[in-house]
Amino acid sequence: MDVEIREQLKTAVEEALARLDGVLALKKEPVGAAPHLYRADDEDLDLDVLALDPRYPMALTLDGLLDSFPQARLGVVARGCDEWALIELAKRHQVDMDRVEIIGVACSQQQAAECRCAEPYPSKISVGTKVEGVEDELVAEHRRLSLEERREFWERQFAKCIKCYGCRNICPVCYCPACALEDEIWVERGLMAPPFPSFHLIRAMHMVGRCIGCKQCELVCPAEIPLPVLYTLLRQDAAELWGYLPGKSVDDRPPLLAAL
Amino acid sequence: MDYHSVQTTCPYCGVGCNLELQVVDGRLTGVLPAKGHPAGLGKLCIKGWNAHSFVHHPERLTQPLVKRMGQFRQVSWDEALARVSSRLMSIRGKHGPDSIGVLTSAKCTNEENYVLQKFARVVLGANNVDHCARL
Repeated sequence: MDVEIREQLKTAVEEALARLDGVLALKKEPVGAAPHLYRADDEDLDLDVLALDPRYPMALTLDGLLDSFPQARLGVVARGCDEWALIELAKRHQVDMDRVEIIGVACSQQQAAECRCAEPYPSKISVGTKVEGVEDELVAEHRRLSLEERREFWERQFAKCIKCYGCRNICPVCYCPACALEDEIWVERGLMAPPFPSFHLIRAMHMVGRCIGCKQCELVCPAEIPLPVLYTLLRQDAAELWGYLPGKSVDDRPPLLAAL
Repeated sequence: MDYHSVQTTCPYCGVGCNLELQVVDGRLTGVLPAKGHPAGLGKLCIKGWNAHSFVHHPERLTQPLVKRMGQFRQVSWDEALARVSSRLMSIRGKHGPDSIGVLTSAKCTNEENYVLQKFARVVLGANNVDHCARL
């Protein structure tokens, strides 16, 4: 993080702390960084440990904190994808946006390239400078495959699954207290890899109109299954069929809930 | 109102993936993978993802228990250790050191496992040392 961005971040968090009960942001750890709740009344408050990398699902953590501290108004240092996830959660009545203040961070060109991100910035930028989006080469490549080749591709990918549930656990827009993936009606117990296509296609179906493309599932997958490729194709289909893009506005109605 | 992460090593196997324990007002609420850590590369298996779940579990044993007349009874650590020690010594005296085996655990640190094999070999005089990773 260069000096200028560090100063912008520090100033933005400092100002937010003056009017909010706390700010969720990353804090430097022995290796990397992790989410942390900064509070103005914390005796050990130190804004020199603020960090912007690596990426964690801030919306997921914030959702939990708003439940744990029902009186609190909290700020969150959010990339574009964190903001979209919060909007998606608010749309589904999981998060009250009146209790949330977003400190928007624009991703760098390198971060955008790493994430193959088409829109590497939030709606309002407090930290960093907007850069151009990057086309997702993996999705473009996949589109060139025949239907048969795609089926073979996903069968091969899903056969690697070790059923760690990491994709579900890290997903900022997965919030159901009872998950279909743990229900024996849908997913047979004790089989590894989970039988094709039930586990992964159930999850894919639940991602329609919901997945905001943060790619956390890909980052945490020990088997390196490129799940966002599948979810991006579904997002593009929903955009084409219904003109719907998840994460844009709390007032947009998810097509699988509203149109069918 | 406190929330912070604690970076630590997963207790379940020898790979050494790192976790970020999620702590809300002094209680563990979950786990996130430690992103960028060289052992786990920010990924976890299903055990790592649930590594926090035993800590506040209502059925977790937090004190030594001794079974007498078919019933478990809470005892002090001193009493429990004295009992283990006297039983081990009496079994060894009666049947010899080879009648005793020691099972160590991947959940222990390297140093704890070292101490346990040392205990087996030097104190008990037994070479029967095995490990849960072979089960």
